[in-house]
Amino acid sequence: MYEKHVALNAKIIDFGGWAMPVQYTNVIDEHKATRNAAGLFDICHMGEIEVKGPQALDLLQLVLTRNLADQEIGQVKLSALLNYEGGIIDDLTVYKMAKDSYMLVTNATTKDRDWQWIKSIQRNKGFDCNLKDISNKTGKLDLQGPRTEEILQTLTSDNLKNLRFYHFFESHVSGIPSIISRSGYTGEDGFEIYAAADKIGDIWDKFMAGGEKWGMKPAGLGARDTLRLEAGMMLNGQDMSETITPLQVPYSWLIDWNKEFIGSAVLKAQKNSGIKKKIAGLEMTGRGIARHGYKVFDREKEIGVVTSGTFSPTLNKAIGLAFIDIAFSAPETEISIEIRDSMSGAKTVKIPFYKRPT
Amino acid sequence: MSKQNPADRSYSKDHEWLKDNGDGTVIVGITDYAQEMLTDIVFVELPPIGKKVTKGDAVAVVESVKSVSDVYAPVSGEVIAVNNKLEEEPALINQDAFGDGWIVKMRLANAGELKSLLSAADYEKLVKEEKP
Repeated sequence: MYEKHVALNAKIIDFGGWAMPVQYTNVIDEHKATRNAAGLFDICHMGEIEVKGPQALDLLQLVLTRNLADQEIGQVKLSALLNYEGGIIDDLTVYKMAKDSYMLVTNATTKDRDWQWIKSIQRNKGFDCNLKDISNKTGKLDLQGPRTEEILQTLTSDNLKNLRFYHFFESHVSGIPSIISRSGYTGEDGFEIYAAADKIGDIWDKFMAGGEKWGMKPAGLGARDTLRLEAGMMLNGQDMSETITPLQVPYSWLIDWNKEFIGSAVLKAQKNSGIKKKIAGLEMTGRGIARHGYKVFDREKEIGVVTSGTFSPTLNKAIGLAFIDIAFSAPETEISIEIRDSMSGAKTVKIPFYKRPT
Repeated sequence: MSKQNPADRSYSKDHEWLKDNGDGTVIVGITDYAQEMLTDIVFVELPPIGKKVTKGDAVAVVESVKSVSDVYAPVSGEVIAVNNKLEEEPALINQDAFGDGWIVKMRLANAGELKSLLSAADYEKLVKEEKP
């Protein structure tokens, strides 16, 4: 894949040990192509872990916050993986491939940590199941945007109209065995496609050859970040870490309070005692762009830090997320952001910043 | 491809251009190569008029969607005008880095510093070496 990005004149950065394209033309152009038509993303850096065996579900129920007992074969569920203190190790998606057979899709930067954590729990508790890190042999492309169903339908014989959001089927794309999942990280309709790592480039080429007439463009990690932020999705390692619990990010819906899982006791206690800080959406009212790491103030008092911040190509204004004192987290609260030694006005807002037209 | 670097300017290693007005004042911007590297410029922070800077100080800030970059003063002096149009239209730098996208006008503190800058030809050599 690397050679393909270079041939497209992409700017490349190191991301979790992977040489990944940040942008091909520019972020705004790729962002808008995804919102209006389609964007094609190389997401081969993400991790995939297989969990198979009679006690696969028992293991996942213990390590993940979501209740998977009612998950259907062919359904995808987003869940959180917590440490014993309730801190977020990762947010990952769970694919139920068959009875007793799952695929976990993890963030690139935390894949090894996820793997070691889940593997150690499985060993310690003696769950009868097998874990396999299939990241290196699995390629992944994300095709995101309102025109993606039409584009992908030209390359597969299975009817995509029958595929609901957060569901997948095993299929073929251009004759190559693939998992087609209707899901993504952009706030648009779209697909995540998994195929053998040595075949994924062929699928990329097919999209590149045929997608242009729908307005599809290749898009890099830069646009992926602005798209996910507009859609109010968290980025692990930036908006979340192992010292933050799901109650402090907009992920409390991932918690099933009726089951016990690693971290659940801490979360219950935290729910009762209340949290001091949480993630809130923000919008600049003054000049400048809030960026990751900038300090947040209420007049003279420091109340938190910006975790993500960018110029929003869709809304044409500066938006962000901040980890701030709970007292200031309600929407429409005036706050200040310290930008290069001076204070600039901002207010908290509801997230998501953007919802796709339905 | 970047636009030709005009021969009537001087250049810094940090990709600023400087036009000597011949009356002790200079105009400063960033080069077309620089805007091409930054891509979509969405915010420009301009200095207050009257600000005194030493060669190499940040005199302005240019932000793309993903990045924040200082614009360094190629010479020492005092800021006597800023391109206010950039507040509404930061993309002018993308469209016309050597013209409408100028950033500040300065009064020189030390005309001798002009000699330390690069010619268009030398700057082009530098860019060629920098390109991946």
